[in-house]
Amino acid sequence: MSLIKSERASIMSIWDKLAMRAEAIGTETLERLFVTYPQAKTYFPHFDLHQGSPQLRAHGTKIVAAVGDAVKNIDNMQGALTKLSELHAYILRVDPVNFKLLSHCLLVTLAAHFPADFTPEVHEAWDKFLSILSSVLTEKYR
Amino acid sequence: MELSSTDRALVQALWKKLGSNVGIYATEALERTFQAFPSTKTYFPHFDLSPGSSQVKAHGQKVANALTLAANHLDDLSGALSALSALHAHKLHVDPANFQLLSHCLLVTLARHYPGDFSPAMQASLDKFLSNVNSALASKYH
Repeated sequence: MSLIKSERASIMSIWDKLAMRAEAIGTETLERLFVTYPQAKTYFPHFDLHQGSPQLRAHGTKIVAAVGDAVKNIDNMQGALTKLSELHAYILRVDPVNFKLLSHCLLVTLAAHFPADFTPEVHEAWDKFLSILSSVLTEKYR
Repeated sequence: MELSSTDRALVQALWKKLGSNVGIYATEALERTFQAFPSTKTYFPHFDLSPGSSQVKAHGQKVANALTLAANHLDDLSGALSALSALHAHKLHVDPANFQLLSHCLLVTLARHYPGDFSPAMQASLDKFLSNVNSALASKYH
């Protein structure tokens, strides 16, 4: 699966907007994840997961930053995300199903924040991009 | 997912045939789960997970007992598995995605041991039964 020119353009244009609201979007994505898919909370027994919690905000920001790294290294996500990939494979061991859930929540959040920009084409590009990103993060599991 | 009378008949007939061997098969299913899906091992840092481990055997028997309980309470799986669900959700923090992995390994195990009985119809009924068990197990996550 690789991204074509128009998909890259879609990813970049949304990224610029996303980056300006990184904390809000990252936090909202996680809130949506934990409310809709409470089983995801099993990976965070050490967190305060209430709305507005500083841990949630910090973690949301982290996730958006990682997405940013992937955007900036879109032709070499494997290389750029090696450390994160190892972290997820050897330490966090988050079941791969959860990457789909998180990606879904991010797309919903983007749609809510950028309704005019989130066209079907942009939606497709971001979904593809996040799938590739998820595979990179789960490729060292076994 | 409602279990039809055919589903129930098939599941209960197989369970009768398995008799006191359910523990052996559940143990094999666990061993296969740990081997094929190494991330599942992270829930058992306190166990000896090497082949033949008595801890895994004992745990297999526990799982077998819960499945037999479920097979005998097809009309009220959530009631019968309520305490187990709370345990997995609030104490053990197990991502329910892992239940699917164990179910898959259990089906593989049963197929190996009862190839003559493991028709497509039997597989479908068993799969439905295990899905319902997994849903009941996931019901107390919030």
